[in-house]
Amino acid sequence: MNKEIAGTTVEVNEEGYLTDMSQWNEAIAAAIASEEGVGPLGDGHWKVIRYLREQQAKGAALTIRSMGKSGIVTTKELYDLFPGGPLKKSSKIAGIPKPVGCI
Amino acid sequence: MNPSEDKQPVKKVCIIVSRGSLDGVYPALIMANGARMEGIDASLFFTFFGLNALVQKTLDHLKVATVGNPAMNMAMPMLGMPMTMPFPTWMGALPGISAFATGLMNKKMEELDIPPVGEFLELISDSGGKIFACKLAMDMFKLKPEDLSDRVDGVLTVGQFYEESAGAGTHILFT
Repeated sequence: MNKEIAGTTVEVNEEGYLTDMSQWNEAIAAAIASEEGVGPLGDGHWKVIRYLREQQAKGAALTIRSMGKSGIVTTKELYDLFPGGPLKKSSKIAGIPKPVGCI
Repeated sequence: MNPSEDKQPVKKVCIIVSRGSLDGVYPALIMANGARMEGIDASLFFTFFGLNALVQKTLDHLKVATVGNPAMNMAMPMLGMPMTMPFPTWMGALPGISAFATGLMNKKMEELDIPPVGEFLELISDSGGKIFACKLAMDMFKLKPEDLSDRVDGVLTVGQFYEESAGAGTHILFT
């Protein structure tokens, strides 16, 4: 389905995740973040968001463990930056699919 | 009312871990970490043999229980054999079988990005999950708090554990 986020019409799934990561921009990220009760987005958030997009572009499977070992962010920081669902929310804000793993 | 509107979200899980084999402990750790990833509070309460997963000297040396496990056929595909291949329970007692099965499970878990127990406790603790040891079991096994992982948040009586579990939307799971 189509949804207008921050003045841009983008394709999202029924949970609100962008289905085409190339339609993403920073204004969209900020709008989704405020909808999810995250932010305002600071340097820490942007580092995670950029890293997630890079990993997704490479086709890497994202896990909470791999994030903590990435050197980008510690587990504690990730939970503090994206309260209420660190990997789910950060992925949604980064315009990539919802992570499918159990870890 | 639409059934979906009736659903109350799970707010907190309190998971009791009573077994100390690798296959007895991992499900609880995975469920607790999974809860935190969904924004659900999680507490783990290790009791009886479950304490094996908190004792510093033993926590990274847990073994798969192969004796008395009639489901060992599940592991056959890991060896390139069909899951329907029989694995008589008495074979689980042969020397080296438990060590072999443990090595196999550890390898598979690593491939799935599931950390070893010690690192898993750190992950859960860093995510805000709480880790408790049972006082009665500590006394029974003559353990002191300093014998346990430094990620343990405290030693609780049963009553204190139920206090920790208070609140609507909390679920207590026994494993």
